[in-house]
Amino acid sequence: MSYKMLDGNGAAVMAMKMARVQVISAYPITPQSTISEKLSELVETGELDAQYVRVESEHSALSVATAAQLTGVRAATATASQGLALMHEVVGMTAGVRAPIVMPVVNRGLAAPWTLWCEHTDAMAERDMGWMQFYCQNVQEVYDMMIIAYKVAEDKNVLTPAMVCLDGFFLSHSMQKIDIPEQEIVDEFIGKYEAKNSYLDTSDPMFICNLTGSDEYTEMRYQQKVGMDNALEVIEKAQKEFEEKFGRKLCMVEGYKTEDADVVLVALGSMCGTAKYVVNKMRQEGKKVGVVKIVSYRPFPAEQLKGILDGKKVIGVFDRSTGFGSKGGPVWNETCAVMKDSVCDIREYIGGLGGRDVPEKTIEKIFEELLEIKDKKRKDHTTWIDVKSNAMDIRQVEKNA
Amino acid sequence: MKKMQKQQENLSNKSKKCRVLGPVANVYAAANTGSWRLERPEVDFEACIKCGTCEKYCPANVISIIKDKVECIEIDFDYCKGCGICANECPKKCISMVPERRES
Repeated sequence: MSYKMLDGNGAAVMAMKMARVQVISAYPITPQSTISEKLSELVETGELDAQYVRVESEHSALSVATAAQLTGVRAATATASQGLALMHEVVGMTAGVRAPIVMPVVNRGLAAPWTLWCEHTDAMAERDMGWMQFYCQNVQEVYDMMIIAYKVAEDKNVLTPAMVCLDGFFLSHSMQKIDIPEQEIVDEFIGKYEAKNSYLDTSDPMFICNLTGSDEYTEMRYQQKVGMDNALEVIEKAQKEFEEKFGRKLCMVEGYKTEDADVVLVALGSMCGTAKYVVNKMRQEGKKVGVVKIVSYRPFPAEQLKGILDGKKVIGVFDRSTGFGSKGGPVWNETCAVMKDSVCDIREYIGGLGGRDVPEKTIEKIFEELLEIKDKKRKDHTTWIDVKSNAMDIRQVEKNA
Repeated sequence: MKKMQKQQENLSNKSKKCRVLGPVANVYAAANTGSWRLERPEVDFEACIKCGTCEKYCPANVISIIKDKVECIEIDFDYCKGCGICANECPKKCISMVPERRES
Protein backbone atom coordinates (compact mmCIF):
# COMPACT_ATOMS: atom_id res chain seq x y z
CA MET A 1 0.00 0.00 0.00
CA SER A 2 1.21 3.46 -0.86
CA TYR A 3 -0.12 6.98 -0.93
CA LYS A 4 -0.10 9.05 -4.10
CA MET A 5 -1.17 12.53 -5.05
CA LEU A 6 -3.50 12.05 -7.98
CA ASP A 7 -6.35 13.88 -9.62
CA GLY A 8 -9.53 12.04 -10.62
CA ASN A 9 -8.28 11.32 -14.12
CA GLY A 10 -4.99 10.05 -12.70
CA ALA A 11 -6.88 7.76 -10.34
CA ALA A 12 -8.93 6.36 -13.22
CA VAL A 13 -5.74 5.74 -15.22
CA MET A 14 -4.11 4.09 -12.23
CA ALA A 15 -7.08 1.74 -11.90
CA MET A 16 -7.02 0.86 -15.62
CA LYS A 17 -3.29 0.25 -15.44
CA MET A 18 -3.63 -1.98 -12.40
CA ALA A 19 -6.49 -3.85 -14.08
CA ARG A 20 -3.88 -4.57 -16.78
CA VAL A 21 -5.98 -3.42 -19.73
CA GLN A 22 -4.59 -4.78 -22.98
CA VAL A 23 -6.18 -2.62 -25.67
CA ILE A 24 -6.84 1.10 -25.35
CA SER A 25 -8.64 3.27 -27.85
CA ALA A 26 -9.44 6.68 -26.50
CA TYR A 27 -10.07 10.02 -28.10
CA PRO A 28 -9.17 13.08 -26.06
CA ILE A 29 -11.89 15.47 -24.98
CA THR A 30 -11.90 18.05 -22.19
CA PRO A 31 -12.00 17.25 -19.31
CA GLN A 32 -11.13 13.63 -20.04
CA SER A 33 -8.00 14.40 -22.13
CA THR A 34 -5.43 13.61 -19.48
CA ILE A 35 -6.82 10.06 -19.26
CA SER A 36 -6.09 9.46 -22.96
CA GLU A 37 -2.73 11.20 -22.68
CA LYS A 38 -1.56 9.41 -19.57
CA LEU A 39 -2.59 6.03 -20.96
CA SER A 40 -0.65 6.65 -24.17
CA GLU A 41 2.39 7.64 -22.12
CA LEU A 42 2.18 4.43 -20.10
CA VAL A 43 2.05 2.39 -23.30
CA GLU A 44 4.91 4.35 -24.84
CA THR A 45 7.20 3.90 -21.84
CA GLY A 46 6.29 0.24 -21.58
CA GLU A 47 4.88 0.59 -18.07
CA LEU A 48 1.63 -0.79 -19.42
CA ASP A 49 1.76 -3.74 -21.79
CA ALA A 50 -1.11 -2.72 -24.05
CA GLN A 51 -1.92 -1.74 -27.59
CA TYR A 52 -2.95 1.86 -28.05
CA VAL A 53 -5.19 2.38 -31.06
CA ARG A 54 -5.41 5.93 -32.33
CA VAL A 55 -8.93 6.57 -33.51
CA GLU A 56 -10.56 9.52 -35.21
CA SER A 57 -13.63 9.87 -33.00
CA GLU A 58 -15.38 8.57 -29.92
CA HIS A 59 -17.70 6.52 -32.09
CA SER A 60 -14.63 4.61 -33.26
CA ALA A 61 -13.06 4.61 -29.81
CA LEU A 62 -15.86 2.60 -28.29
CA SER A 63 -16.26 0.48 -31.45
CA VAL A 64 -12.60 -0.55 -31.23
CA ALA A 65 -12.77 -1.14 -27.50
CA THR A 66 -15.93 -3.25 -27.80
CA ALA A 67 -14.56 -5.37 -30.63
CA ALA A 68 -11.25 -5.76 -28.80
CA GLN A 69 -13.01 -6.86 -25.64
CA LEU A 70 -14.87 -9.46 -27.72
CA THR A 71 -11.56 -11.02 -28.75
CA GLY A 72 -11.06 -11.89 -25.09
CA VAL A 73 -9.02 -9.04 -23.63
CA ARG A 74 -9.75 -6.27 -21.17
CA ALA A 75 -10.16 -3.15 -23.28
CA ALA A 76 -10.30 0.46 -22.17
CA THR A 77 -11.62 3.78 -23.28
CA ALA A 78 -12.84 6.95 -21.58
CA THR A 79 -14.85 9.95 -22.58
CA ALA A 80 -16.94 12.96 -21.60
CA SER A 81 -19.87 15.05 -22.75
CA GLN A 82 -20.02 15.50 -26.54
CA GLY A 83 -17.76 12.49 -26.89
CA LEU A 84 -20.20 10.31 -24.98
CA ALA A 85 -23.02 11.69 -27.10
CA LEU A 86 -21.10 10.73 -30.24
CA MET A 87 -20.55 7.26 -28.78
CA HIS A 88 -24.26 6.86 -28.13
CA GLU A 89 -24.92 4.41 -30.95
CA VAL A 90 -22.09 2.14 -29.83
CA VAL A 91 -22.98 2.51 -26.15
CA GLY A 92 -26.07 0.39 -26.79
CA MET A 93 -24.03 -2.07 -28.85
CA THR A 94 -21.48 -2.68 -26.10
CA ALA A 95 -24.20 -3.41 -23.59
CA GLY A 96 -26.22 -5.56 -26.00
CA VAL A 97 -23.32 -7.80 -26.97
CA ARG A 98 -22.48 -8.02 -23.26
CA ALA A 99 -18.92 -6.70 -23.53
CA PRO A 100 -18.09 -5.77 -19.92
CA ILE A 101 -16.04 -2.63 -20.55
CA VAL A 102 -15.37 -0.26 -17.68
CA MET A 103 -15.32 3.32 -18.92
CA PRO A 104 -14.62 6.47 -16.95
CA VAL A 105 -17.04 9.23 -17.94
CA VAL A 106 -15.85 12.65 -16.89
CA ASN A 107 -19.12 14.50 -16.49
CA ARG A 108 -19.43 17.69 -18.49
CA GLY A 109 -22.52 19.47 -19.80
CA LEU A 110 -23.73 19.13 -23.37
CA ALA A 111 -24.06 21.89 -25.94
CA ALA A 112 -25.79 24.23 -26.45
CA PRO A 113 -24.48 26.44 -24.92
CA TRP A 114 -20.96 25.11 -25.34
CA THR A 115 -19.54 24.27 -21.98
CA LEU A 116 -16.49 22.42 -20.76
CA TRP A 117 -17.61 22.11 -17.18
CA CYS A 118 -19.34 19.76 -14.84
CA GLU A 119 -22.94 18.63 -15.19
CA HIS A 120 -24.52 15.17 -15.23
CA THR A 121 -26.64 15.50 -18.36
CA ASP A 122 -24.12 13.67 -20.55
CA ALA A 123 -24.24 10.47 -18.51
CA MET A 124 -27.95 10.81 -17.72
CA ALA A 125 -28.69 10.83 -21.45
CA GLU A 126 -27.22 7.30 -21.51
CA ARG A 127 -28.95 6.01 -18.42
CA ASP A 128 -31.28 3.63 -20.26
CA MET A 129 -28.64 2.19 -22.58
CA GLY A 130 -27.92 -0.87 -20.44
CA TRP A 131 -24.70 0.28 -18.77
CA MET A 132 -24.16 0.41 -15.07
CA GLN A 133 -23.44 3.90 -13.77
CA PHE A 134 -21.50 4.74 -10.64
CA TYR A 135 -21.11 8.36 -9.47
CA CYS A 136 -18.08 9.24 -7.36
CA GLN A 137 -17.73 11.71 -4.52
CA ASN A 138 -13.95 12.05 -4.43
CA VAL A 139 -10.75 10.89 -6.09
CA GLN A 140 -10.32 7.86 -3.84
CA GLU A 141 -13.80 6.75 -4.78
CA VAL A 142 -12.92 7.06 -8.48
CA TYR A 143 -10.09 4.58 -8.01
CA ASP A 144 -12.12 2.27 -5.78
CA MET A 145 -15.23 2.24 -7.93
CA MET A 146 -13.16 1.56 -11.05
CA ILE A 147 -11.66 -1.51 -9.41
CA ILE A 148 -15.04 -2.66 -8.11
CA ALA A 149 -16.61 -1.98 -11.52
CA TYR A 150 -14.23 -4.43 -13.22
CA LYS A 151 -15.17 -7.15 -10.80
CA VAL A 152 -18.90 -6.51 -11.15
CA ALA A 153 -19.04 -5.94 -14.92
CA GLU A 154 -17.09 -9.11 -15.68
CA ASP A 155 -19.08 -11.32 -13.31
CA LYS A 156 -20.66 -14.14 -15.32
CA ASN A 157 -24.10 -13.30 -13.98
CA VAL A 158 -23.77 -9.62 -14.88
CA LEU A 159 -21.70 -9.19 -18.09
CA THR A 160 -22.73 -5.58 -18.33
CA PRO A 161 -20.47 -2.62 -19.07
CA ALA A 162 -20.04 0.12 -16.51
CA MET A 163 -19.52 3.87 -16.55
CA VAL A 164 -17.63 5.28 -13.62
CA CYS A 165 -18.76 8.90 -13.56
CA LEU A 166 -16.54 11.59 -12.12
CA ASP A 167 -17.42 15.25 -12.03
CA GLY A 168 -15.48 17.24 -14.61
CA PHE A 169 -12.75 19.40 -13.06
CA PHE A 170 -14.18 19.10 -9.52
CA LEU A 171 -12.81 15.55 -9.50
CA SER A 172 -10.99 15.07 -12.80
CA HIS A 173 -8.53 17.88 -12.13
CA SER A 174 -8.47 18.03 -8.33
CA MET A 175 -5.45 16.53 -6.62
CA GLN A 176 -6.04 14.38 -3.59
CA LYS A 177 -3.89 12.10 -1.53
CA ILE A 178 -5.15 8.63 -2.30
CA ASP A 179 -4.40 5.16 -1.16
CA ILE A 180 -3.11 2.84 -3.91
CA PRO A 181 -3.08 -0.83 -2.99
CA GLU A 182 -0.45 -3.35 -4.02
CA GLN A 183 -0.72 -4.72 -7.55
CA GLU A 184 -0.97 -8.30 -6.25
CA ILE A 185 -4.09 -7.56 -4.21
CA VAL A 186 -5.74 -5.91 -7.20
CA ASP A 187 -4.81 -8.91 -9.37
CA GLU A 188 -6.30 -11.19 -6.79
CA PHE A 189 -9.46 -9.09 -6.49
CA ILE A 190 -10.39 -8.71 -10.17
CA GLY A 191 -8.52 -11.67 -11.62
CA LYS A 192 -7.20 -12.24 -15.09
CA TYR A 193 -9.65 -11.38 -17.83
CA GLU A 194 -11.46 -14.24 -19.44
CA ALA A 195 -14.21 -14.03 -22.02
CA LYS A 196 -17.24 -15.59 -20.36
CA ASN A 197 -19.67 -15.14 -23.22
CA SER A 198 -19.43 -14.56 -26.95
CA TYR A 199 -15.95 -14.00 -28.38
CA LEU A 200 -14.31 -13.41 -31.73
CA ASP A 201 -12.02 -16.24 -32.73
CA THR A 202 -11.00 -16.82 -36.34
CA SER A 203 -10.62 -20.57 -35.78
CA ASP A 204 -14.16 -20.84 -34.43
CA PRO A 205 -16.10 -18.05 -36.12
CA MET A 206 -19.15 -16.48 -34.61
CA PHE A 207 -21.51 -13.73 -35.66
CA ILE A 208 -22.03 -11.21 -32.90
CA CYS A 209 -25.00 -8.88 -33.17
CA ASN A 210 -26.85 -10.44 -36.07
CA LEU A 211 -30.22 -9.11 -37.17
CA THR A 212 -32.74 -10.27 -34.58
CA GLY A 213 -36.44 -10.45 -35.31
CA SER A 214 -39.30 -9.60 -33.01
CA ASP A 215 -39.51 -13.27 -32.05
CA GLU A 216 -36.23 -13.00 -30.14
CA TYR A 217 -35.46 -9.33 -29.53
CA THR A 218 -37.51 -9.16 -26.32
CA GLU A 219 -35.65 -12.17 -24.94
CA MET A 220 -32.23 -10.61 -25.61
CA ARG A 221 -33.38 -7.45 -23.86
CA TYR A 222 -34.71 -9.55 -21.00
CA GLN A 223 -31.28 -11.14 -20.65
CA GLN A 224 -29.84 -7.65 -20.18
CA LYS A 225 -32.47 -6.85 -17.57
CA VAL A 226 -31.57 -10.01 -15.67
CA GLY A 227 -27.88 -9.07 -15.84
CA MET A 228 -28.64 -5.62 -14.47
CA ASP A 229 -30.85 -7.07 -11.72
CA ASN A 230 -28.13 -9.55 -10.77
CA ALA A 231 -25.68 -6.66 -10.54
CA LEU A 232 -27.41 -5.33 -7.42
CA GLU A 233 -26.35 -8.38 -5.46
CA VAL A 234 -22.96 -8.68 -7.13
CA ILE A 235 -22.08 -5.04 -6.37
CA GLU A 236 -22.95 -5.50 -2.72
CA LYS A 237 -20.82 -8.63 -2.55
CA ALA A 238 -17.94 -6.98 -4.39
CA GLN A 239 -18.03 -3.95 -2.10
CA LYS A 240 -17.96 -6.22 0.93
CA GLU A 241 -15.00 -8.14 -0.42
CA PHE A 242 -13.36 -4.83 -1.31
CA GLU A 243 -13.75 -3.67 2.26
CA GLU A 244 -12.13 -6.85 3.58
CA LYS A 245 -9.21 -6.62 1.17
CA PHE A 246 -8.65 -2.87 0.91
CA GLY A 247 -10.13 -1.58 4.16
CA ARG A 248 -12.48 0.98 2.67
CA LYS A 249 -16.23 0.70 2.94
CA LEU A 250 -18.28 1.61 -0.09
CA CYS A 251 -21.97 1.14 -0.70
CA MET A 252 -24.49 1.60 -3.49
CA VAL A 253 -26.26 4.29 -1.54
CA GLU A 254 -24.86 5.97 1.54
CA GLY A 255 -26.95 7.64 4.22
CA TYR A 256 -24.99 10.32 6.06
CA LYS A 257 -26.52 11.26 9.43
CA THR A 258 -29.92 10.31 8.09
CA GLU A 259 -31.18 8.14 10.95
CA ASP A 260 -32.53 10.94 13.12
CA ALA A 261 -32.73 13.56 10.38
CA ASP A 262 -35.88 15.67 9.95
CA VAL A 263 -35.08 16.37 6.33
CA VAL A 264 -32.63 14.77 3.92
CA LEU A 265 -31.12 15.68 0.59
CA VAL A 266 -30.51 13.03 -2.08
CA ALA A 267 -27.63 13.76 -4.47
CA LEU A 268 -24.94 12.33 -6.73
CA GLY A 269 -21.25 12.97 -7.18
CA SER A 270 -18.75 15.41 -5.80
CA MET A 271 -21.30 17.80 -4.28
CA CYS A 272 -22.08 15.13 -1.67
CA GLY A 273 -18.80 16.02 0.01
CA THR A 274 -19.90 19.64 0.40
CA ALA A 275 -23.35 18.49 1.49
CA LYS A 276 -21.84 16.34 4.26
CA TYR A 277 -19.82 19.33 5.44
CA VAL A 278 -22.99 21.45 5.53
CA VAL A 279 -24.79 18.71 7.46
CA ASN A 280 -22.08 18.77 10.13
CA LYS A 281 -22.24 22.54 10.31
CA MET A 282 -26.02 22.72 10.55
CA ARG A 283 -26.15 19.96 13.14
CA GLN A 284 -23.99 22.13 15.39
CA GLU A 285 -26.80 24.66 15.15
CA GLY A 286 -29.23 21.95 16.21
CA LYS A 287 -30.75 21.41 12.80
CA LYS A 288 -31.32 17.76 12.08
CA VAL A 289 -30.37 17.35 8.43
CA GLY A 290 -28.82 14.49 6.49
CA VAL A 291 -27.48 13.54 3.07
CA VAL A 292 -28.17 10.52 0.92
CA LYS A 293 -25.43 9.86 -1.60
CA ILE A 294 -26.39 7.62 -4.49
CA VAL A 295 -23.30 5.90 -5.87
CA SER A 296 -24.94 3.30 -8.08
CA TYR A 297 -27.49 5.02 -10.28
CA ARG A 298 -27.71 2.03 -12.62
CA PRO A 299 -28.68 -0.43 -11.30
CA PHE A 300 -30.77 1.76 -9.03
CA PRO A 301 -30.61 0.49 -5.44
CA ALA A 302 -34.34 0.95 -4.79
CA GLU A 303 -34.59 -1.21 -1.68
CA GLN A 304 -31.56 0.35 -0.02
CA LEU A 305 -32.75 3.88 -0.79
CA LYS A 306 -36.21 3.09 0.51
CA GLY A 307 -34.66 1.76 3.69
CA ILE A 308 -32.86 5.05 4.28
CA LEU A 309 -35.73 7.33 3.25
CA ASP A 310 -38.49 5.40 5.03
CA GLY A 311 -40.31 7.61 7.52
CA LYS A 312 -38.82 10.88 6.23
CA LYS A 313 -41.60 13.38 5.68
CA VAL A 314 -39.67 15.90 3.59
CA ILE A 315 -37.02 14.86 1.10
CA GLY A 316 -35.03 17.07 -1.23
CA VAL A 317 -33.44 15.71 -4.41
CA PHE A 318 -30.63 17.52 -6.18
CA ASP A 319 -30.35 16.95 -9.91
CA ARG A 320 -27.26 18.18 -11.66
CA SER A 321 -29.13 17.84 -14.97
CA THR A 322 -32.16 19.62 -16.31
CA GLY A 323 -34.84 17.02 -16.98
CA PHE A 324 -36.53 19.27 -19.54
CA GLY A 325 -40.22 18.62 -19.99
CA SER A 326 -40.43 16.34 -16.98
CA LYS A 327 -41.68 17.38 -13.57
CA GLY A 328 -38.19 16.77 -12.32
CA GLY A 329 -34.73 15.48 -13.17
CA PRO A 330 -33.77 11.83 -13.39
CA VAL A 331 -32.75 11.39 -9.75
CA TRP A 332 -35.98 13.00 -8.56
CA ASN A 333 -38.07 10.76 -10.81
CA GLU A 334 -36.24 7.71 -9.60
CA THR A 335 -36.65 8.73 -5.95
CA CYS A 336 -40.38 9.34 -6.43
CA ALA A 337 -40.77 5.89 -8.00
CA VAL A 338 -39.03 4.29 -5.01
CA MET A 339 -41.19 6.21 -2.50
CA LYS A 340 -44.48 5.85 -4.36
CA ASP A 341 -46.17 3.94 -1.51
CA SER A 342 -44.98 6.30 1.26
CA VAL A 343 -46.55 9.53 2.37
CA CYS A 344 -43.78 12.04 1.87
CA ASP A 345 -43.06 15.34 0.21
CA ILE A 346 -40.28 15.03 -2.35
CA ARG A 347 -38.92 18.32 -3.63
CA GLU A 348 -36.83 18.73 -6.74
CA TYR A 349 -33.79 20.98 -6.89
CA ILE A 350 -31.91 21.63 -10.10
CA GLY A 351 -28.54 23.30 -10.10
CA GLY A 352 -24.81 23.03 -10.55
CA LEU A 353 -25.19 23.19 -14.32
CA GLY A 354 -22.38 23.87 -16.79
CA GLY A 355 -19.77 23.95 -14.05
CA ARG A 356 -21.62 26.21 -11.62
CA ASP A 357 -20.27 25.39 -8.20
CA VAL A 358 -22.63 23.96 -5.61
CA PRO A 359 -21.21 25.74 -2.57
CA GLU A 360 -22.20 25.52 1.08
CA LYS A 361 -24.63 28.39 0.81
CA THR A 362 -26.64 26.68 -1.96
CA ILE A 363 -26.97 23.51 0.07
CA GLU A 364 -27.75 25.46 3.23
CA LYS A 365 -30.52 27.28 1.38
CA ILE A 366 -31.98 23.94 0.32
CA PHE A 367 -31.90 22.53 3.85
CA GLU A 368 -33.46 25.72 5.28
CA GLU A 369 -36.27 25.49 2.71
CA LEU A 370 -36.84 21.82 3.45
CA LEU A 371 -36.95 22.48 7.21
CA GLU A 372 -39.48 25.29 6.69
CA ILE A 373 -41.59 23.01 4.52
CA LYS A 374 -41.46 20.37 7.23
CA ASP A 375 -42.56 22.90 9.87
CA LYS A 376 -45.37 24.02 7.54
CA LYS A 377 -43.93 27.53 7.39
CA ARG A 378 -43.79 27.50 3.62
CA LYS A 379 -45.28 25.56 0.75
CA ASP A 380 -43.22 26.43 -2.29
CA HIS A 381 -39.55 25.82 -2.93
CA THR A 382 -36.94 27.12 -5.37
CA THR A 383 -36.63 24.39 -7.99
CA TRP A 384 -33.82 26.05 -9.93
CA ILE A 385 -31.89 26.75 -6.79
CA ASP A 386 -28.98 28.73 -8.20
CA VAL A 387 -30.50 30.45 -11.24
CA LYS A 388 -29.82 34.18 -11.50
CA SER A 389 -32.76 36.55 -11.33
CA ASN A 390 -31.89 38.09 -14.69
CA ALA A 391 -31.98 34.74 -16.54
CA MET A 392 -34.37 35.92 -19.23
CA ASP A 393 -32.46 39.14 -20.01
CA ILE A 394 -28.92 37.93 -19.58
CA ARG A 395 -27.88 38.31 -23.23
CA GLN A 396 -28.59 41.51 -25.12
CA VAL A 397 -27.18 42.13 -28.57
CA GLU A 398 -26.99 45.18 -30.84
CA LYS A 399 -29.23 44.86 -33.85
CA ASN A 400 -29.48 46.98 -36.95
CA ALA A 401 -32.68 48.93 -36.98
CA MET B 1 -29.39 -25.14 -53.21
CA LYS B 2 -29.13 -28.72 -52.02
CA LYS B 3 -25.42 -28.38 -51.49
CA MET B 4 -25.97 -25.34 -49.28
CA GLN B 5 -28.44 -27.07 -47.04
CA LYS B 6 -26.16 -30.01 -46.65
CA GLN B 7 -23.28 -27.82 -45.55
CA GLN B 8 -25.39 -26.22 -42.84
CA GLU B 9 -26.52 -29.56 -41.46
CA ASN B 10 -22.87 -30.54 -41.18
CA LEU B 11 -22.07 -27.39 -39.22
CA SER B 12 -24.81 -27.87 -36.68
CA ASN B 13 -24.04 -31.56 -36.28
CA LYS B 14 -20.43 -30.77 -35.42
CA SER B 15 -21.10 -28.07 -32.85
CA LYS B 16 -22.09 -28.70 -29.29
CA LYS B 17 -24.72 -26.49 -27.73
CA CYS B 18 -23.63 -23.92 -25.22
CA ARG B 19 -25.51 -21.01 -23.78
CA VAL B 20 -24.44 -17.57 -24.97
CA LEU B 21 -26.08 -14.31 -23.98
CA GLY B 22 -26.90 -11.61 -26.49
CA PRO B 23 -27.38 -11.66 -30.24
CA VAL B 24 -24.97 -14.37 -31.37
CA ALA B 25 -25.01 -17.02 -34.07
CA ASN B 26 -22.54 -19.41 -35.63
CA VAL B 27 -24.99 -20.95 -38.05
CA TYR B 28 -26.41 -18.12 -40.01
CA ALA B 29 -28.62 -18.87 -43.01
CA ALA B 30 -28.44 -15.39 -44.53
CA ALA B 31 -24.65 -15.66 -44.78
CA ASN B 32 -25.05 -17.90 -47.82
CA THR B 33 -25.47 -15.10 -50.31
CA GLY B 34 -25.92 -17.78 -52.97
CA SER B 35 -29.53 -18.01 -51.84
CA TRP B 36 -30.15 -14.60 -53.42
CA ARG B 37 -29.34 -15.96 -56.90
CA LEU B 38 -31.97 -15.83 -59.65
CA GLU B 39 -29.70 -17.05 -62.45
CA ARG B 40 -26.66 -19.29 -62.35
CA PRO B 41 -23.64 -19.31 -64.67
CA GLU B 42 -23.29 -22.50 -66.71
CA VAL B 43 -19.96 -23.20 -68.38
CA ASP B 44 -19.41 -24.93 -71.70
CA PHE B 45 -16.24 -26.76 -70.65
CA GLU B 46 -15.36 -27.83 -74.20
CA ALA B 47 -15.26 -24.25 -75.44
CA CYS B 48 -13.44 -22.94 -72.33
CA ILE B 49 -9.76 -21.99 -72.90
CA LYS B 50 -9.01 -21.73 -69.14
CA CYS B 51 -7.79 -18.17 -69.53
CA GLY B 52 -8.92 -17.17 -66.00
CA THR B 53 -10.72 -13.97 -67.03
CA CYS B 54 -13.91 -14.99 -65.20
CA GLU B 55 -11.87 -15.78 -62.07
CA LYS B 56 -10.27 -12.32 -62.16
CA TYR B 57 -13.50 -10.42 -62.68
CA CYS B 58 -15.72 -12.31 -60.21
CA PRO B 59 -16.63 -9.71 -57.55
CA ALA B 60 -17.41 -12.43 -55.00
CA ASN B 61 -14.15 -14.29 -55.65
CA VAL B 62 -15.96 -17.64 -55.91
CA ILE B 63 -14.50 -18.93 -59.21
CA SER B 64 -11.50 -21.27 -59.31
CA ILE B 65 -9.78 -22.52 -62.46
CA ILE B 66 -8.60 -26.10 -62.20
CA LYS B 67 -6.61 -26.65 -65.36
CA ASP B 68 -6.14 -30.43 -65.19
CA LYS B 69 -9.83 -31.18 -64.76
CA VAL B 70 -12.37 -31.62 -67.51
CA GLU B 71 -14.80 -29.50 -65.52
CA CYS B 72 -12.09 -26.90 -65.35
CA ILE B 73 -14.10 -24.13 -63.69
CA GLU B 74 -15.46 -24.50 -60.19
CA ILE B 75 -17.95 -22.03 -58.82
CA ASP B 76 -18.84 -21.90 -55.14
CA PHE B 77 -22.59 -21.73 -55.41
CA ASP B 78 -22.94 -21.00 -51.67
CA TYR B 79 -21.76 -17.49 -52.41
CA CYS B 80 -22.30 -16.93 -56.18
CA LYS B 81 -25.05 -14.30 -56.40
CA GLY B 82 -25.54 -14.87 -60.12
CA CYS B 83 -24.50 -11.37 -61.13
CA GLY B 84 -23.41 -12.51 -64.59
CA ILE B 85 -20.15 -10.57 -64.76
CA CYS B 86 -18.24 -13.77 -65.59
CA ALA B 87 -20.58 -14.42 -68.54
CA ASN B 88 -20.13 -10.84 -69.73
CA GLU B 89 -16.35 -10.87 -69.50
CA CYS B 90 -15.69 -14.35 -70.97
CA PRO B 91 -13.73 -13.82 -74.25
CA LYS B 92 -15.06 -17.12 -75.67
CA LYS B 93 -18.64 -16.41 -74.56
CA CYS B 94 -18.78 -19.92 -73.14
CA ILE B 95 -20.57 -18.98 -69.92
CA SER B 96 -24.33 -18.62 -70.12
CA MET B 97 -26.75 -17.51 -67.44
CA VAL B 98 -29.60 -19.97 -66.87
CA PRO B 99 -32.63 -19.33 -64.67
CA GLU B 100 -32.31 -20.85 -61.20
CA ARG B 101 -36.01 -21.69 -61.02
CA ARG B 102 -37.41 -23.07 -64.25
CA GLU B 103 -41.08 -22.68 -65.06
CA SER B 104 -42.75 -26.01 -64.30
